[in-house]
Amino acid sequence: MYPAKFTYHAPWSVEEAITLMNENEDSKLIAGGHSLLPTMKMRLATPAHLIDMKNLRSLLSYIHDKGDHIAIGSLTTYHQIESSSLVKQAAAILAQTVSEVGDMQVRNMGTLGGSIAHADPAGDPPAAILASNATMVIQSSGGERTVAASDFFQGFFETAVGAGEILKEIRVPKFSGGSSYQKFKHPASGYAVAGVAVCLTKNGGNIGGVSVSVTGVSDGAYRANGVEAALTGQAFSEALAASAAAHAIDGIDALEDPFADAAYRGQLAKTLAKRAIIAAWNNA
Amino acid sequence: MGEKFFGKPIKRKEDPRFITGAGNYVDDITLQRQSYVAMVRSPHAHATIKSINVDKAKAHPGVIDVILGQEMLDAGIGSIPVGWLLDGLKTPPHYAITVDKARHQGEIVAAVIAEDSYTAEDAADLVEVVYDVHSAVANPAKALEGGAPQVHSDAPGNVTFNWQIGDKAATDAAFASAAKTVKLDLRNNRLIPNAIEPRASLADYNRGTQEYTLYTTSQNPHVHRLIIAAFVMGIPENKLRVISPDVGGGFGSKIFQYPEEIIVLYASKKHKRPVKWNAKRSESFLTDSHGRDHVTTAELAVDANANITGLRVKTAANMGAYLTLFAPAVPTYLYGTLLAGTYRTPNIHCEVTGVFTHTTPVDAYRGAGRPEATYLLERIVSYMAQELKMDPAEFRKKNFIGPDQFPYQTPVALAYDSGNYVPALEKALAMANYTKLRADQAEGRKNGRYIGIGFSTYLEACGLAPSAVVGSLGAQAGQWESSLVRVAPTGKVEVFTGSHSHGQGHETAFAQIVADRLGVTMEDVEIVHGDTAKMPYGWGTYGSRSGPVGTSAIVKAVEKVVNKGQKIAAHLLEAREEDLEFLEGKYQVKGSPDKAVSFGDIALQAHLAHNYPADLEPGLEASAFYDPANFVYPFGTHIAVVEVFPDTGKVEILRYIAVDDCGPQINPLIVQGQVHGGIAQGAAQALFENALYDDNAQLLSSSFMEYALPRADSLPSFEIDHTITPSPHNPLGVKGIGEAGCIASTAAVANAVNDALEPFGIRHLDMPLSPPRIWKAIQDAVPAQAAD
Repeated sequence: MYPAKFTYHAPWSVEEAITLMNENEDSKLIAGGHSLLPTMKMRLATPAHLIDMKNLRSLLSYIHDKGDHIAIGSLTTYHQIESSSLVKQAAAILAQTVSEVGDMQVRNMGTLGGSIAHADPAGDPPAAILASNATMVIQSSGGERTVAASDFFQGFFETAVGAGEILKEIRVPKFSGGSSYQKFKHPASGYAVAGVAVCLTKNGGNIGGVSVSVTGVSDGAYRANGVEAALTGQAFSEALAASAAAHAIDGIDALEDPFADAAYRGQLAKTLAKRAIIAAWNNA
Repeated sequence: MGEKFFGKPIKRKEDPRFITGAGNYVDDITLQRQSYVAMVRSPHAHATIKSINVDKAKAHPGVIDVILGQEMLDAGIGSIPVGWLLDGLKTPPHYAITVDKARHQGEIVAAVIAEDSYTAEDAADLVEVVYDVHSAVANPAKALEGGAPQVHSDAPGNVTFNWQIGDKAATDAAFASAAKTVKLDLRNNRLIPNAIEPRASLADYNRGTQEYTLYTTSQNPHVHRLIIAAFVMGIPENKLRVISPDVGGGFGSKIFQYPEEIIVLYASKKHKRPVKWNAKRSESFLTDSHGRDHVTTAELAVDANANITGLRVKTAANMGAYLTLFAPAVPTYLYGTLLAGTYRTPNIHCEVTGVFTHTTPVDAYRGAGRPEATYLLERIVSYMAQELKMDPAEFRKKNFIGPDQFPYQTPVALAYDSGNYVPALEKALAMANYTKLRADQAEGRKNGRYIGIGFSTYLEACGLAPSAVVGSLGAQAGQWESSLVRVAPTGKVEVFTGSHSHGQGHETAFAQIVADRLGVTMEDVEIVHGDTAKMPYGWGTYGSRSGPVGTSAIVKAVEKVVNKGQKIAAHLLEAREEDLEFLEGKYQVKGSPDKAVSFGDIALQAHLAHNYPADLEPGLEASAFYDPANFVYPFGTHIAVVEVFPDTGKVEILRYIAVDDCGPQINPLIVQGQVHGGIAQGAAQALFENALYDDNAQLLSSSFMEYALPRADSLPSFEIDHTITPSPHNPLGVKGIGEAGCIASTAAVANAVNDALEPFGIRHLDMPLSPPRIWKAIQDAVPAQAAD
């Protein structure tokens, strides 16, 4: 496993990193490296310039209470997030979802920002980002802009982060309802063959607001609007959960790979959606 | 002999160095002026090489050479030979670097030697190969069809051998008169070994002495030396030293001689520099010899009283693109001979066709033929029990070879010398609380829970022997083992063994035996292996032979040392030899323990030879070569309890019970480790592992992203126990345990899953029993049967 030759940079500021990106066309940012390095070792990715963000950790690794939301620096590791009492309490879906990523070694190195900027269609974190209605803060030489989760993921390894831009912060609204992330792991990679995140509020015996997102099934994580519509305002029952979950892949062409064909993936999405709805209701 | 250490669960001496990073593996060795080689490998499974342009690669800074197949052929480097010959076997040449065609993905077409490994890899990308790509075939049954792409022009129809064992006419007659017969089509899925340490080789040619040293990941350094020196490179055997230092697992895959070993030796001589190759994991997937891969039709016949009367088997065995060292033996003599298992089946006939395909060669992989036979037999026995509406344990018990029937001649060549199958089964049933388990299963089914219970009452034959018999079956090798026990003047002991440890814990287990027999401490005994310059000639470690064969050679050599010491002691004590006894490290006059001399004093006197018997050679060492009288026959009962979740098809192993009989256990901790690892590996074949090729014979499961090894959380905590039935023919009565877990567990888990699926009307699913396969089968099953 020998990567092709590249020039290594380790800037000390976000601005310097942006300048390096703008100066070097064939460049790639590296955070925890758990997605990029394997592809470089297989020579599937051969960036001429690698811009290592390790010196930006003091700037971009944090979890801050901002009143109505939690601000998470893009270089914050999964382990920091899953072990944060603030995140566990006020953004439980994110804490639970990142705890399902890889193993402890991976979670000690892998970063939330790295994962969602990479936008692997089988990654776990995008599901939580979508279900929690998070907002992404993106910086370029022209300044900062914010992008809603629903606009952030744009398909197969594609996001709203453009050339010369860095994902700086993830803002996750505080949420006190019930939530659950249900995942079916690929037996080899551990990635999600399908994963469903549900956040919902109770209104007596009825479901109040609900958000449902699906990862692993399509070319990018998506909100399952059909499931949400079937649940919103309805009296909860397991039968309702099942009938609503049947909409998990409405309008979606499910991915196929040697492990799982489209029909099986679709079945998993529905099954996991049902489980996640019930689990979210039970802990709401 | 006191037994202070034998039978004790002593922690392994070697583990501290392995788990603290202090091991010494091939890639840890760096020599002066070392260069590196990267291989240019065919991306195609079947392609004619039209041209190769090496100009750009050679011009790349830091590149020393680019070597092609023709150059090595012209230099007289031969084909890598097959070490087991069958009648009519087709053995097309297998060159280290192919000269005409690529016959599997990953076959080497050029080797780039450079100053460092990165440069070598970069330059390998610069070698321009023009291929004429042909259609390819990966499936052995398809490769036998008319019009299938041909792998070798001198193996028409892709057949390398047709082999059979047993009495065909008698078996056909048994089927004709059977009360009931069943038939199963089975696919034994292909596996990729995945030792934790990738293969690695470092060659160092000394132009002063014309001597080659090859550091390589080998399970049998002497076999490497013999094959490479005498058959491939044409160099005197005493000019090749093979060192196999710490080796991180083999599972069979490091028995064989690989192209990369030949290339580094050739390049080292050519450039008078050390040359190293260390496999990338992606190369391991593509080029370590794979395992299993059978397409089989099996039929079982019973009489009206549910006695098994016949077994008929027809197998197409995928050999891959080339035959490697033991390959022809695996689906024949290690497979067909196991088909009696623990049962009194009077008539067995087995036909095997060895098939070339455009895939990685297939050879011995943990169990080697015996897991394939055991899966087939245990699966069809359970299938028949279900057909007869008999309990699978009862049906087995009814058909077991009785304890009074040994020695038992099977209809497929093997003669079992010992066995006692019911106690192991009864013990496992008790551990499982079987009656309650079946009740729980029935109760669960009422509530939509699908629990399955699977049996494997396996037998295995390991420690192949004796050499003359093995030779008569086609082996171009002996199957005895050697040892040399050398005592230093201070009484410290070195034991040189022809066995090789690549995870087995020999440094501990062998030391336990020697320490007991010499009355010294474990620390006083050093086990030395893995260097042809140090050890006597030995055949190495595979087929669970180190326990029964390797230790026997050690026991014999220790005996000789003790006997010589007795002569010295008699002299020192001025007693007659026969009046002495050797007890706990002391030679003493029988009945007068105060008249004694210690083993340490004897060792010193043997070296000083000052006060010494006149007619005795000085020194204290002895070697022994042990050729066993027979195989050893471990056996046992494994029970898997699984739950299948119909909405995802996922299988969870709830419990796993194993009762194994490997005779007396030298070190129960090591036995448990072998059993645990074996169960995990075998269960993984049933549920997870699968080498998957597409229609162009491209390996789809070519990394850990696609190829699923079992993880700690995929398995329950195993419940294991044992019975002890000693082997009657070796000095310790021990039987091998390295493969038993892997041989038994695949069938137990597969039987359990199929049992769980019974309410859906599903009779048989092939492996791997992956969630999508199970879910689909449930969807396709009759809905009426699934409803309740």
